[in-house]
Amino acid sequence: MINAHLRKALSKQTWQPAIRDWLKNTLATGLINLTALVVSGLFVWLLSDVVLHGLPKLSWGFVFDAPRNAGRAGGIAPIIVSTSWILLVAIAAAAPLGLATAVLLTEFTRPASRFGRCVEASVGVLAGVPSIVFGLFGNAFFCVYLKLGFSILSGGLTLACMVLPILIHTAVEGLRAAPDEYRQAAAALGMSRSAALLHLLIPAAAPALLAGLLLGIGRAGAETAALIFTSGYVDRMPGSWLDSGRALSVHIYDLSMNVAGGDANAYASALVLIVLLLTINSLAMALTQHWLHKKMIRL
Amino acid sequence: MNPFLLDSELPADPNSAEAQQNAYTLGPIQAGPACCEPTPLISVEALSLSYAGKPALSDISLDIYQGCITALIGPSGCGKTSFLSALNRLTDLIPGCRVSGRIHYKSRDIHATGQDVQGLRRDIGMIFQKPTPFPLSIRRNIELPLREHGMRHAADLEQRVQQVLQDVGLWAEVKDRLDAPAQALSGGQQQRLCIARALALQPKVLLMDEPCSALDPLSSGVVEDLIQSLRGRYTVVIVTHNLAQARRIANYAGFFWVGEQAGCLVEFGRCRQIFETPRHELTAAYVNGARG
Repeated sequence: MINAHLRKALSKQTWQPAIRDWLKNTLATGLINLTALVVSGLFVWLLSDVVLHGLPKLSWGFVFDAPRNAGRAGGIAPIIVSTSWILLVAIAAAAPLGLATAVLLTEFTRPASRFGRCVEASVGVLAGVPSIVFGLFGNAFFCVYLKLGFSILSGGLTLACMVLPILIHTAVEGLRAAPDEYRQAAAALGMSRSAALLHLLIPAAAPALLAGLLLGIGRAGAETAALIFTSGYVDRMPGSWLDSGRALSVHIYDLSMNVAGGDANAYASALVLIVLLLTINSLAMALTQHWLHKKMIRL
Repeated sequence: MNPFLLDSELPADPNSAEAQQNAYTLGPIQAGPACCEPTPLISVEALSLSYAGKPALSDISLDIYQGCITALIGPSGCGKTSFLSALNRLTDLIPGCRVSGRIHYKSRDIHATGQDVQGLRRDIGMIFQKPTPFPLSIRRNIELPLREHGMRHAADLEQRVQQVLQDVGLWAEVKDRLDAPAQALSGGQQQRLCIARALALQPKVLLMDEPCSALDPLSSGVVEDLIQSLRGRYTVVIVTHNLAQARRIANYAGFFWVGEQAGCLVEFGRCRQIFETPRHELTAAYVNGARG
């Protein structure tokens, strides 16, 4: 009798939780797998949609021709050139400034100092500003006040302001993650802080710096709103960086929204944009790998 | 007879295969001052140190004698490492750290205005508990600080690299892979590389913060032999928790203890005296394993 009670109690205590645990585990695993499936499914769907619709229109002619009939026919050669110029200006302006700010924040400012906190807060606010506001600011400041007009330079500088917070944030994270031992050991060897920074900390943070740069390029390459008011949407081949130039994203927006019958070329342009960004990504990664390897062996 | 050897010290076996392969090239020990008539190289007077207002060390006074090995022993948290970092002003790197009192190196206050801190640290090198090789090749690890200090000629660099690697007994092990990453070396090899890197700058003093405690017993033994071999040519200050090690290698020993608020120096003297006839009862209890 007692034995039976005992067994019942035991079974209640041991089996029910076991089943519950099993159920919990299965559910949790299932949910996690489902999330992974949804995320990668979305990506594959998006990519295949663009590839399926864009690939038939894509040819060498499309890449090397000027657009005709408001972009319904012809190619996107001037637009690719303008996009590259704008990206180049943006990165050339933002990367040194971003790295310098990050170095100032991590190496030359005491943690939790008022100055450091102020700068970090400003960077945080800057990161949250909608891109259309950057567009308006860029128009007012670069185009009108500095008299640069609707130009590749204005657009690039506006994008630089926009990607600056991303660059600063990732560079700060990267430099903070660089082992403190390097700083100490370098100081103990009588090396200056700038030497430690140049030879040890920045190389140690290089993967993070690169990731930030790629994120920045990605965001700048995808930007439309900030460019409409600054670099404009003239689709001719730019002669200099003071000419107006249409970025790929602006072209895609224009074709899909404003030009009836421009959908096919919009898809093809989107495909080109994706390929362009992927190429930049892999190129930058390969270069950094190569550079880091060289850095390790000689000066 | 080497004047720096301790009374109790036995010469290491010179016939082992490893010893022969890695024969130290430090050469005959320079005729430094014998430890029976020691010259102080660093004099510390009434040193106190605090972190963000919280005292960590109070009123430490002692002399570090030239050419000798000085061991600092005591429980964790009694400020030995802080004391060590104060000697070459590495404490400057720690925000909120305040040092008071005087530290004279070569009869000059190291906190005097106009003190060349980088030069001071080149003279007084430091080895950390955890080996800290840079993420560079073995060769570059040694070359980088040398280049920073103005050594540019490839032949000079090459020669110095070989010399210091031989001094730490690492040459035979790495001469074929100087361009391999230093972080691929074993822990003991990394620590010896760090010592070689410090020696390359031709310092006068080496501060060592538990250099063997992150290593296995065999590597620890190799590093300990290396430290022994530095005696006479360099002045070594070593923090160690290994009392047997302190006893084996040190000429002088200082015993730190956590005082009422901050760490303090209980007793300082010849190593043998500290271990065999301690004057203070705390020292006696600690070295006999009764306390701490």
